[in-house]
Amino acid sequence: MLPDSLRQQATALAVEAFDGDAITGGNSDHNELTLEIAPAKIASVCGFLKFDQGFVRLSTVTAVDRYPAEPRFEVVYHLHSVEHNQRVRLKCRLIGTEPVIDSVTSVWRGANWYEREVFDLFGIQFRNHPNLKRIMMPDDWEGHPLRKDYPVTGSRV
Amino acid sequence: MGDHANPEHMAAVAEEEKPQTGPRRMVLNMGPQHPSTHGVLRLVLELDGEIIMKCEPELGYLHTGIEKEFEVKNYQQAVTLTDRVDYLAPLSNNLGYCLAVEKLLGLEIPPKAQWMRVMLTELTRLNSHLVWLGTHALDIGAMSVFLYCFREREDILRIFEMFSGQRMMTSYFRIGGLALEPPRGWHERVKKFIDTFPSRVDEYENLLTGNRIWMGRTQGVGRISLEDMLDLGVTGPMLRAAGLKIDARKDEPYSSYEKFDFEVPVRTENDVFARYLVRLEEMRQSTRIVRQAMDGMPEGPWKADDQHVVLPDREKMKTQMEALIYHFKIVTEGFRVPAGEVYQVIESPRGELGFYAVSDGTAKPYRVHMRTPSFGNLQATSAMVEGTLIADVIAAIGSMDFVLGDTDR
Repeated sequence: MLPDSLRQQATALAVEAFDGDAITGGNSDHNELTLEIAPAKIASVCGFLKFDQGFVRLSTVTAVDRYPAEPRFEVVYHLHSVEHNQRVRLKCRLIGTEPVIDSVTSVWRGANWYEREVFDLFGIQFRNHPNLKRIMMPDDWEGHPLRKDYPVTGSRV
Repeated sequence: MGDHANPEHMAAVAEEEKPQTGPRRMVLNMGPQHPSTHGVLRLVLELDGEIIMKCEPELGYLHTGIEKEFEVKNYQQAVTLTDRVDYLAPLSNNLGYCLAVEKLLGLEIPPKAQWMRVMLTELTRLNSHLVWLGTHALDIGAMSVFLYCFREREDILRIFEMFSGQRMMTSYFRIGGLALEPPRGWHERVKKFIDTFPSRVDEYENLLTGNRIWMGRTQGVGRISLEDMLDLGVTGPMLRAAGLKIDARKDEPYSSYEKFDFEVPVRTENDVFARYLVRLEEMRQSTRIVRQAMDGMPEGPWKADDQHVVLPDREKMKTQMEALIYHFKIVTEGFRVPAGEVYQVIESPRGELGFYAVSDGTAKPYRVHMRTPSFGNLQATSAMVEGTLIADVIAAIGSMDFVLGDTDR
């Protein structure tokens, strides 16, 4: 459901018109539009925003670990429309036991490395990603460093 | 002699010398220590003769876990981490981070601090572009340009040292304003530099722009369509060299950039040469901005008026109990930042630098993600060099102007 506070936002209304079940929440704090999207709908919503609403650029994909809260992970997408000089943030919440979400590489090829980074550092799986392997850490590394339950200091024995 | 007479060996040699038919590919490992990769980028190239059939960049050699480290520093301490990301543009990184946190805090920055920030980030742009031009030209074979560029860069680093005490890891911008009061005599020093600099840019142009070898090595090289670049996450001068007028300083002005008069240079040739021309013109425009900031520098305080965030003056600490308490609190505990999240974009010398900061209401960032321009730009490498000659790889990746610290974080 689109929160009433976002009824003035054209992008939010367009997404709601495109798929009524896609939006699960959102806000416009600090004048930045955030839409919470149901994880199953992320690829179709991204495709709609890119090809229909002009968000031709995917600025970045990242994640936030809310450990020990559940759903534990937030995957965060920052989209940019050059034409309308507009930005929107999409957010999907994933459970901690099996964090999986559809890849958006079919929408923007540039999502490739960003999703690899999130996979590497948070251990979130991206379905249908063409080359999902570690990008920052060595291939044989154990664990995902940006998770909150991964230690900041100390050597691995 | 013994080995060579070995019949098995002779057979192997004969086999190797036989003319090959069909595709014969060689895998060449370029980097991570290759000098033209400016750091530790590794490109795995699959070659057919001199043509690149496939290029796969490998990164992570400079990954330092800076984003993790943000989470254990308090907000003000974390400024020092941002210098170390893109070490050729430390002040741009300082600015992006400070703006993001200030947005979360709802902090108003006095005009003098804002203008000082603009002036110094533009000097940073010059600094970064000078290193780029020098090393890019050196890679292609024009050695003298490197010496010229580093001569001017030295002047800029001395200015940074004058302001912050540091040549490279400046950390001069702090949340709430500047770290120190601008030093006495900064105006003359910056003026002296900025008065001579445009003629230096002419010098570089004399050496390169009409130079037939330079043109031969750069024109028509490193082409990639604008659509591909947008799709792959490229930003900054590379887009502007492909005809797209995009610049966060104009589109989403921050730190009073809207008050400055400057042009966004655009070219349409979309090759290495066009990127070179765009960056040279950017140097001239940055000079203009620095001059405007210097001449119109507003009077007044250089840090925000918020005792919870900004350290009090030394004088006040000696006379006022309250100031002393706030000083102690800020230094030992830091300050609390209201819960929320922001994405702050600035135009770094390399393109879109974004800071995504998440606060949970404590004195330490819950999460800081840096959307660094080098990472996005580098992703276009494969699309840019596949199908071209191996000799052009050097020119093509030079024109991207990436910094590996910025890529790997």
